[in-house]
Amino acid sequence: MGVVTTKPACLPLDVGRIRHDFPILSAQVHGHPLVYLDNAATSQKPSVVLDALHAYYTQSNSNINRGVHALGERATEAYAKARDVVQLFLNAQSVGEIVFTRGTTEAINLVAQAYGASHLKVGDRVLISQMEHHSNIVPWQMVCQQTGAGLDVIPVSDDGELMMGRFESQLTDRTKIVAIAHISNAIGTVNPVSKIIQAAHANGAVVLLDAAQSIPHMAIDVQSLDCDFLAFSGHKTYGPTGIGVLYGKAALLADMTPYQGGGAMIRSVGFDQTTYRDPPDRFEAGTPNIAGAIGLAAAIGYMNQVGLPRISAYEADLLDYALQRLESVGKLRLIGRASNRAASISFVIDGIHPHDIGTILDDEGVAIRAGHHCAQPLMSRFGIPATARASIAMYNTKHEVDALVQAIQRAIEVFGV
Amino acid sequence: MTDLAELYQDIILDHSKQPRNFGELSEANRHADGYNPLCGDHIEVWIRIDDDHVGKVHFSGSACAICTASASMMTQALQGKSHEESGVLFEQMRQMLAGTGDGDIDQSGLGKLAALGGVRRYPMRVKCATLPWHTFKAALDENTGQPVTTEQ
Repeated sequence: MGVVTTKPACLPLDVGRIRHDFPILSAQVHGHPLVYLDNAATSQKPSVVLDALHAYYTQSNSNINRGVHALGERATEAYAKARDVVQLFLNAQSVGEIVFTRGTTEAINLVAQAYGASHLKVGDRVLISQMEHHSNIVPWQMVCQQTGAGLDVIPVSDDGELMMGRFESQLTDRTKIVAIAHISNAIGTVNPVSKIIQAAHANGAVVLLDAAQSIPHMAIDVQSLDCDFLAFSGHKTYGPTGIGVLYGKAALLADMTPYQGGGAMIRSVGFDQTTYRDPPDRFEAGTPNIAGAIGLAAAIGYMNQVGLPRISAYEADLLDYALQRLESVGKLRLIGRASNRAASISFVIDGIHPHDIGTILDDEGVAIRAGHHCAQPLMSRFGIPATARASIAMYNTKHEVDALVQAIQRAIEVFGV
Repeated sequence: MTDLAELYQDIILDHSKQPRNFGELSEANRHADGYNPLCGDHIEVWIRIDDDHVGKVHFSGSACAICTASASMMTQALQGKSHEESGVLFEQMRQMLAGTGDGDIDQSGLGKLAALGGVRRYPMRVKCATLPWHTFKAALDENTGQPVTTEQ
């Protein structure tokens, strides 16, 4: 694979070698080298992940926990190992705290229904923020409607930061659940989650961290953070689509009813009574995404090998460079100027709609996202329908940032603004 | 002409920057809302219909250049058309914008609207161009119980 394994403090990330590990990065788009800056939507996959998927399907494919044949054993072992890898990666206390899901969205829905529906009652409050992705808004609205609980929303400042003073007054003894993004997918704000978790616990609330945007960019230790639940997606973290993780503290998971019913989650089934397995199996009804879990484990292995502290340091430097280059473009306005930020940069250009920016950039081989980023309330907060968003990953380069800026200049020329 | 140059022809840019018949139409007797839920584009279309003929069409909203230009050109093209003629034009535009082949699409009679045909090369942008037309059709047919979306 060719990545160095010495301590991050000693050697910076070698982006040339990293890029070599991602086959798609050598692709051409509209006659230009691909410049992939849509990583907050989904990241590209290194060969080790693609190889792991191929190896699974060519050598081990079988259902798990059922067959007594050789392939069944291999698949079962590989799936279990993948869970171990996630446990170590998050520093969860036990492997039973790791539930495989389809992604962040399903993980949040699982908590909303399997925890929220049985723990919320009329008069209780769920606290989220104005910068949440729709996936951390809608499941809470749904469970509030079911239970009679209410939703409170921490406002966002002009700079795109959570208004912590407001948070402190919104957090009351009626607040039962706080669900918050670790990093905003739309504007890249890194939220002060440790502070939020401590304050929430002091008020008796549990905290769900939407870590979809933070997992690929920073080392996370669920025990030191002390979050109660944490959700992330495999595909945003160099792994396959269709696999994600819910971390939940063992005591909380043990107290939760199943999210879905079916095979694999039961201890015994009778028409009079059915008993459920312990977590995490209780929450994984049906044949799981076995290949996805194995691919995710390979992706985590890859990130571990590069080293998350090294990835964070490299990306912070690249983000600084990108912000500085973009700020030099006249007519361009950054949306979100948080002091602590990572990964995603949102911007607008007066006179050019983000979709048109996206189409013209694509013509230059530059892939970005244009739209509301599944964060319509945040767009409303800033009084805009949409933004253009460039989001970086460990394989992006300053040269690619230059290509982005050049393509933006072309959009400005085409529109004559 | 490159695909991009065909998409962003001068006439498209002109209509997107200076949309015609933009803003609420106070004498309108038909109205519909249109959304593209995936990208957040939102437009409103107002029509004044008398004796089964489209008197005036106005639109407003916040959308990309393709959607805005399509809406602006649409308001001009539909003025004075009968209900039936409007439906025919709607169908011609739908076929041109969403169509796949170049050769088998009859663009005669579309006039300036043919300039919007460049969007065919950009499948992700076709809905931008069709949204105003679907919204117009919903207003025309008074099929406005639900806002129009391009998901239909």
